[in-house]
Amino acid sequence: MSAATVPVTTDIKADARIGLRGHLRHTGALVRRNLLWIRQDPESMFDAILMPVVFTLLFVYVFGGSIGQSLGGGQDQYVQYVVPGLMAMTSMNISMGVGTGFNQDFQSGVMDRFRSLPIGRGSVLIAKIVVELMRMLIATAILLVVGVLVGFDITNWPGLFAAVGLSVVFGSALMWVFLTLGVTMKNAQSVQAMGFLVLMPLQFGSSIFAPTESMPGWLQAFTDYNPLSSLADAARGLMVQGPLTHDLWVTLGWSALLTLVMAPIAIHKFRTKS
Amino acid sequence: MVAGTLVGMTRIDKNPSGANSAVTVRGLVKHYGETKALDGVDLDVREGTVMGVLGPNGAGKTTLVRILSTLITPDAGHATVAGHDVVRQPRQLRRVIGLTGQYASVDEKLPGWENLYMIGRLLDLPRKEARARADELLERFSLTEAAKRPASTYSGGMRRRLDLAASMIGRPAVLYLDEPTTGLDPRTRNEVWDEVQRMVGDGVTVLLTTQYMEEAEQLASELTVIDRGKVIAGGAIDELKAKVGGRTLRIRPADPVELRPLASALDELGITGIATTTVDAGSGTLLVPILSDEQLTAVTGAVVARGVTIASITTELPSLDEVFLSLTGHRASAPQDATPTELEKVSV
Repeated sequence: MSAATVPVTTDIKADARIGLRGHLRHTGALVRRNLLWIRQDPESMFDAILMPVVFTLLFVYVFGGSIGQSLGGGQDQYVQYVVPGLMAMTSMNISMGVGTGFNQDFQSGVMDRFRSLPIGRGSVLIAKIVVELMRMLIATAILLVVGVLVGFDITNWPGLFAAVGLSVVFGSALMWVFLTLGVTMKNAQSVQAMGFLVLMPLQFGSSIFAPTESMPGWLQAFTDYNPLSSLADAARGLMVQGPLTHDLWVTLGWSALLTLVMAPIAIHKFRTKS
Repeated sequence: MVAGTLVGMTRIDKNPSGANSAVTVRGLVKHYGETKALDGVDLDVREGTVMGVLGPNGAGKTTLVRILSTLITPDAGHATVAGHDVVRQPRQLRRVIGLTGQYASVDEKLPGWENLYMIGRLLDLPRKEARARADELLERFSLTEAAKRPASTYSGGMRRRLDLAASMIGRPAVLYLDEPTTGLDPRTRNEVWDEVQRMVGDGVTVLLTTQYMEEAEQLASELTVIDRGKVIAGGAIDELKAKVGGRTLRIRPADPVELRPLASALDELGITGIATTTVDAGSGTLLVPILSDEQLTAVTGAVVARGVTIASITTELPSLDEVFLSLTGHRASAPQDATPTELEKVSV
């Protein structure tokens, strides 16, 4: 043991040295790969492009009138209410893609190829996250354009950017959850099914689509602690009514908590999966 | 002509003696719960040679390759590849290996060229060089026309060729081929074999796992037979065959009418002890099992003494299927595997 350890320690040092430029090069090559996926399979952008359009039109024109009335106005009032909420929902749905994407990579054996190459395993992870963040921003931009077209009034530009930033922060925190699911579950379909199972109650049991005041007490108790309510309310506060510090801090707190707890788990599962 | 002996002779030049060990494996153990995937495996692959690792499904072949490519770590024992320890120097090790296998594959959604370019960049080639290398390897593996198509549209053979190209980007010193032709039809299998032989010609050291005897015979100069995580035999392919059983003398009389009378005459003489001469009417040959050079001489003499004109006479070593059977006491193919012949039926 002692005889062997001397040369080995120096080797470990040389081993660990990929360098920032190396990491950037590797991540760049993998980002390119993920972007090429989209070019080869444009349908994979449907969720980012169509979902914001469909949901906005659906909610504004189907529920807009009646919920708007209860808000003391009409459809116009509801547009102001629901667009920030839909923004929160969009970033959540997009973040799910991280899980299904990784699951496919493990299934197909591409991951084995990557792991037999002299690159940091983190590069694979970061590249995926970068691309999903791009998708998230595209989806958010489309949502805002459709929102404006159906009557959303942008009154506070800095607030708007802050709200976009906030939902991206929360969405990326959520990626760690989906990443963990993607690495641990058997196939991409179950990752997606599991994702929806988690997301649906969280999305509808929140203040995203409608104010929670008319909900029964037990549900209100849930929606009050639902981080999506905080995100939606914070986005609303920033975009429409001026800052709501409480919801802002709660959302940032949730993002930090999810990242601190789930990122190490996800990274550990990712590194040790064989 | 004495074809069997000639094959044996051509094999010799593939085994330059005294070369350094490119892969050294000592006492490698890997357990999965109760299952011992590897149970103390020793292995040496000399530089510039092809080592065949032969065994049925579940013998531990893939586990061995995964440890040697740093995808999993062993529970005990150690292994070095080109002087790099699999556990302590994984990153240096990854620089010198190429991996092609049933599990490590290319990205199906990416075009062939993009796959190779990406791997070039991941191996730190400058952009220009990565581009040139991708072009060069596509050309070499006859994939230039399919360069822009996603790999998912490739045929089985094209896929494997792209796999091989991908593992050659970094000019590896040691190449692992993990069952490179499993699931391919015979024609495609020959294509892949040709490519592998070309790569070996370039001086790459190859560790080849296979469950096909024919494949090991075609590509490998040395063989390690593993079964249930243990090495049960090893050595040069011909040595191994000679160790396991005697040769078969195959005689083709010029006139097929002579076949049966000659067979009974040889059996009556009883040179090989028992009446085991068989007639292969399809090829018009007689098969005589022989255990020594003296028996070979005696049988040939008896044929000549009868005044039969001989069109051809060859000696054959036992097939690797037979080798495996006599080494392990059970057949090489577990029930779920396809032997190459069965495979031809299903995969075309």
